[in-house]
Formats: sequence, structure tokens, C-alpha cells
Amino acid sequence: MSEEHRGIWVFAEVIDGAIAGVSLELLGAGRELADKLDVPLAGVLLGENITHLSEQLIPYGADEVYIIDDPVLKDYRTEPFLAGMGKLARMYVPEIILYGATPNGKDIASAIATDLKTGLTADCTMLGVDIENRLLEASRPAFGGNIMATILCKKHRPQMATVRPKVMKALQPDPARKGMVLKEKLEMKEAEIRTKVLEIIKGPGKSVDLEGADVIVCGGKGMGDEQAFQLIHQLADTIGASVGGTRDAVEARWISHDHQVGQTGETVTPKIYFAIGVSGAIQHTVGMKNSELIIAINKDPDAPIFDVATYGIVGDARETVPVMIKAFEELLRENEVISHA
Amino acid sequence: MHIVVCVKQVPDTKVIKINPKTNTLDRRGVPSIINPYDAHAVQEAVHLKRQHGGKVSVLSMGPPQATAVIKKSIEIGADEGYLISDRAFAGADTLATSYALTKALEKISKTSPIDMVFCGKHAIDGDTGQVGPGIAKRLDIPPITNISAITKVTKDYVELQRKLQDGYAHIRSTLPCLITIEKEINEIEYAPFPNMLKAVNYQPVVWSIDHLEDVDRKQLGLKGSPTVVGKMFAPPKQEGGHRLEGTPEEQVVQLVEVLKEKQYLFHFNKG
Ligand SMILES: Cc1cc2nc3c(=O)[nH]c(=O)nc-3n(C[C@H](O)[C@H](O)[C@H](O)COP(=O)(O)OP(=O)(O)OC[C@H]3O[C@@H](n4cnc5c(N)ncnc54)[C@H](O)[C@@H]3O)c2cc1C
Ligand SMILES: Cc1cc2nc3c(=O)[nH]c(=O)nc-3n(C[C@H](O)[C@H](O)[C@H](O)COP(=O)(O)OP(=O)(O)OC[C@H]3O[C@@H](n4cnc5c(N)ncnc54)[C@H](O)[C@@H]3O)c2cc1C
Repeated sequence: MSEEHRGIWVFAEVIDGAIAGVSLELLGAGRELADKLDVPLAGVLLGENITHLSEQLIPYGADEVYIIDDPVLKDYRTEPFLAGMGKLARMYVPEIILYGATPNGKDIASAIATDLKTGLTADCTMLGVDIENRLLEASRPAFGGNIMATILCKKHRPQMATVRPKVMKALQPDPARKGMVLKEKLEMKEAEIRTKVLEIIKGPGKSVDLEGADVIVCGGKGMGDEQAFQLIHQLADTIGASVGGTRDAVEARWISHDHQVGQTGETVTPKIYFAIGVSGAIQHTVGMKNSELIIAINKDPDAPIFDVATYGIVGDARETVPVMIKAFEELLRENEVISHA
Repeated sequence: MHIVVCVKQVPDTKVIKINPKTNTLDRRGVPSIINPYDAHAVQEAVHLKRQHGGKVSVLSMGPPQATAVIKKSIEIGADEGYLISDRAFAGADTLATSYALTKALEKISKTSPIDMVFCGKHAIDGDTGQVGPGIAKRLDIPPITNISAITKVTKDYVELQRKLQDGYAHIRSTLPCLITIEKEINEIEYAPFPNMLKAVNYQPVVWSIDHLEDVDRKQLGLKGSPTVVGKMFAPPKQEGGHRLEGTPEEQVVQLVEVLKEKQYLFHFNKG
């Protein structure tokens, strides 16, 4: 470890020709750390024909953008990305590197940590900094989310962490922000690379759009049986929402696994999240607690879901949900009348 | 085809208890199991062996009790097991874990060259998913993570389906390579009776640090781990909100009022 390690980097992941949301969120989190440590914040951009994307990174908080634009970086593969990131990190010796905890972000981060023989904290949900010792305090849920652990990397640099999508906040982009762009080259030929991407197939794995939904109605084990769970679908249909389920609802086979919200399912941040017959176990709430407005219905007034809910209704979901469906139906009909008038 | 599967013994996180006073793990009465992803990895290796011939070995690092996960792998159909067990390995983070496992893999490959290394997508306790790519880097073989299907196997290359955030990538890799396995790749089959019999009496090859070659002790265990666990704390409690009151009808009326007032209704029926 040497004194010369300086600066905070964010690995800027490119998805479908645009910067991934999580990378913009990390620029927001990184900006705060960089200001506290009084160092520049950089985005690192690897890919083919991606140079123009630096224009997306600077408004979101980057002071610098490091770029390698090369055909071998067209689709993500560990070998060329490792070569590129490894080269940049050795040349410019950053103090901290953050990656999104996505399949590709985790893959590249693990390979680089081994290459640079440094520590890597996985799947963080909180980032802080000990300014005096210049230590990144990266905290992550452990043992199935039952506890949080703060992981430190005291003697090795760079300090690295992968961070869950949707837990940090991106800054409002400032188009007037200025930054510096630095380009490097990668000396790697396609023939040297042992993996080939034959084809990329978009989306078939996910028939359910939870991530992009504005409104989600999530049903839990408290619905009682499969038939009553249909009320969840009816409510969702009424208001145009996506349907979610807890793990227990999935295990009861009332709904398929691709609808599961939580630690081992999707992390979602809709505008409105209905949690109905959901107890609010930590493994569930880690996946939904950043929703803008949370409405819970549970017959147990002490259910932990009420600790995260914006509005709580204590009562039997089998009685309340039909009343709700009726009320929303009427309301939407009224609105339609008004908007057509 | 020689496949080596790395299998980890983990506490069953479904039944885990946390001591609320000390914020530490209460291991009493918590059963140890084979990391579920690793069980799927062993199952997949056994499928490939049935189709293409060869041998399936499993490798675990852990205390002597970790023999149990090797026996479990033999039940599923693995041919042989190696356990590396030594106080010097204790307290390892992912960097030190991948170092120790790599040293063992190098030793195994001396007598029986390895075509593929399988790891789980992640271990359910440490939950980092970092060990697999770490081993691949050290062995200088390509890692391909998050594999949900193996679509073709020849003696020179494999074709794989890699799960992405929003779809799949179809990838070809030369051999040898390392892949990390998703659960959806297969269903664990019921263990055939002869395997169960074999597992009961099976004793794995156990290696201590002295059995491994060219080992730099400074890279092992706690000493070789750049990360340290600082403090453990209870997850932050979220601030609770308003309780609505009254009959179901009255509560729903109140809810509709606040949704109207806060202009949330326009989110309805957009899609
Ligand atoms: C490693 C690990 C990962 C996990 N991952 C996930 C995950 O991704 N997602 C997830 O959801 N869970 C996950 N879990 C499981 C989690 O711990 C909980 O067990 C689960 O979320 C509980 O589901 P539930 O709320 O539907 O059921 P329960 O906990 O059984 O809660 C049912 C609730 O419904 C209420 N209720 C009962 N009847 C009615 C009624 N008529 N009207 C209104 N309310 C009623 C009850 O008061 C209770 O609060 C995970 C667990 C582990 C250990
Ligand atoms: C609360 C807590 C938090 C932690 N956080 C971090 C962290 O952020 N960064 C860090 O570097 N370490 C961390 N560790 C340490 C980490 O759990 C251990 O290093 C562990 O040895 C390997 O990591 P893992 O469990 O995440 O395995 P993963 O990388 O998730 O395991 C992937 C695969 O690697 C193979 N594998 C892993 N371990 C073994 C083994 N012992 N024997 C055989 N095969 C194996 C298996 O195939 C497994 O499916 C943490 C530990 C705890 C208790």
C-alpha cells in the first residue's frame, strides 16, 4: 500500500448502449465519498463505441472519465475487461473502486480483486468513510439479512466494493458540469481471448416486469390459500399494477418464483407498493423498503411490515382487499368521466 | 473429462439465529448443509459424466466435519473427494480462500489433469460469489459466471448459457475453464441406493498445509485476508408510518383520500 493511491472510481457498466442505472447511483454515492476525502471521482468506461457515453457520466458527478474503446470489449467478457481495468488501475492507482452488484459487475470485481491482491466487499447496502484513516466502511447484509456487517480493508489498496442496485441515490444530472476525459489503449487481440459471445438473448428469462413497475401489489402467506391470492391479481388488474409475492407465497405455489420480491428475488422501487398478508421479514423488506409509498394490510398490529409501511391497515385482507378493489374501480371510473368531460 | 467441483459446508441460513445482545451468530442447533448451489454443480457434473464419460472429483476447504458435504457429493454421484483442512486456513476471506483452493486444484491436476472447475454461484453464508472468479484468475483459465445451462461439450470447448440481468448470453469457451452454477440448471435427483451405500463408508483424501506444494503461508487464512469484519449490527429499523383506523370501509376511504391528496392516483392504470 502506498501513499500515491488517490481518487475514487466507479466502474461504469454499459447496458444496451447506455450507462446502467446502478453506475449512476454509484456516482452519486461516490461523489459524497470523494468530497469527504477531498479527491476526484472518476467513471471508468470500457466497451466498443462508447466514448460518447462520458457525456452521461460527468453530469452525474464524475470529475474524470477513463475510457478504453476497443472492439474486443464489445460484449462483456471477463478476460478483456480484466485486462483493461487491470491496466488502468495499475497506471492511475485509485484509492477506492466501486462496482454495481450485477452479474457483470460482480464478475469483473472478483477477478480484479484477485489480480491486484486486494480486498473486495460484496453486495453492500451502506457506504461510509473513516476520514482520518481513509478507510471505506462498506456494510452488507449477512446470514440471510439477519444482521449487517461492516467490512474494512485496512492494509491493501485499492479498497473495493460491489454495491446493490437501487440502494444508493443518483444525483440530479447537471449538464453544466465539466470533466476531464482520458483515453487509453488495450493491447489485446481477439485471437488471444478464450471465450466468445455467440449470441445475446434479451429478456426471455423475465416475463414479469417488477423492476420497471410503478405500482406493485405483493401478496404473502397471510392470504391463506391460492383462491384468496386471486384477490391480489384482481387488485393489480384494477389499478394496472404488477404482482409480487413473498418467498412463502412462492413456496406455497400460489405464484411463480419470477414474481418474488426480496433478498433472493427482485429488488424493487416502485412509486406505490402494496404489501398484503406480508409479515415483513428482513429478507423481504430489503427488496422493497426503498419504494416511495408503502401500504400494508395485515391482521396482526405488531407485524414488522408496519415498521416500513407509510400507511398501515390492520385487518383481514380477505375483507379489506375487495373493499379496496371496489373503491379503486369507482375512483378510476370517476376520473375517466372527468377526463372525458 | 475430469470435472472438479468446489463444495462448501454452510450453516442452513433458513434456521439461523442471531443473538440480539451481541449481534453474533448463534450456531447452536443450526444444521450444517452442503451449499445448495454446490449440490446443483455436483449434479450437473454427474450428468456430464454420464453423457461424456470421465470423472467427477469434489474439493472442500473446512474443518474435519466438512467431510459431510463430500459424502453428500458422493451420494449425488461424485467419484472422489478431497478435503483441505488446517488451522492455517482458518479465518480466510475470499482472496485467501481462492488461494488455498487453487493450491489444492494444482495438486489434483498433477495426477489427473482438470478440464473444468465448477463452483456454486455463491455460498449462502458468505454470499459473495467471489471465490470462483478468484480461482480462475489464479489458475489462468477463463471464468464464466452465472451458468444456467451447458448446451454443448466437446473435448476442446464448451457452450454455455450465462444468465444476465435482462436475458441470457450464449458463450463458447475453450477448455479448461471455470464456471459458476445457478440453481435453475437442474433438479437434484434422488440418490441411487449404491451411491448412498458408498457415501456411508467414504473417506475423503485429507490434506493439511504440509501436503500442498509451493505454498506461501502469508497468503493463507486470516493473515492472507485483506478484508476484516469490523462491526456487526442489527439492520437499520425503518420509520413506521400512519396507522389508519376504523372499519375496513373507513380505512379504505382514508387511504383513497391520501392517495388523491398526494397525487399518487395517476400512477394507476398507466401500463
Ligand atoms: C436466506 C433467506 C432468503 C430469503 N429470501 C426471501 C425473499 O427473497 N423474499 C421473501 O419474501 N422472503 C424471503 N425469505 C423468507 C422470509 O424470511 C420470510 O419467511 C417470508 O418473507 C415470509 O413470507 P410471508 O410474509 O408471506 O409469510 P408469513 O411470515 O407467514 O406472514 C404472513 C403474514 O400475514 C398475516 N396474515 C395472516 N392472515 C391474514 C389475513 N387474513 N389478513 C391479513 N393478514 C394476514 C400474518 O399476521 C403475518 O404477518 C428468505 C429467508 C431466508 C432465510
Ligand atoms: C458476515 C460475513 C461477511 C463476509 N463478507 C466478505 C466480503 O465482503 N468479502 C470477502 O472477501 N469475504 C467476506 N467474508 C468471508 C467469506 O465468507 C469467506 O472468505 C469464505 O471462505 C468464502 O466466501 P463465500 O462464502 O462468500 O463464498 P462464495 O464466493 O460465495 O462461494 C462461491 C463458490 O466458491 C466455492 N467455495 C467457497 N468457499 C469454499 C470452501 N471453503 N470450500 C470449497 N469451495 C468453496 C463453492 O463452490 C461456492 O459455491 C465474509 C464472511 C462473513 C461471515
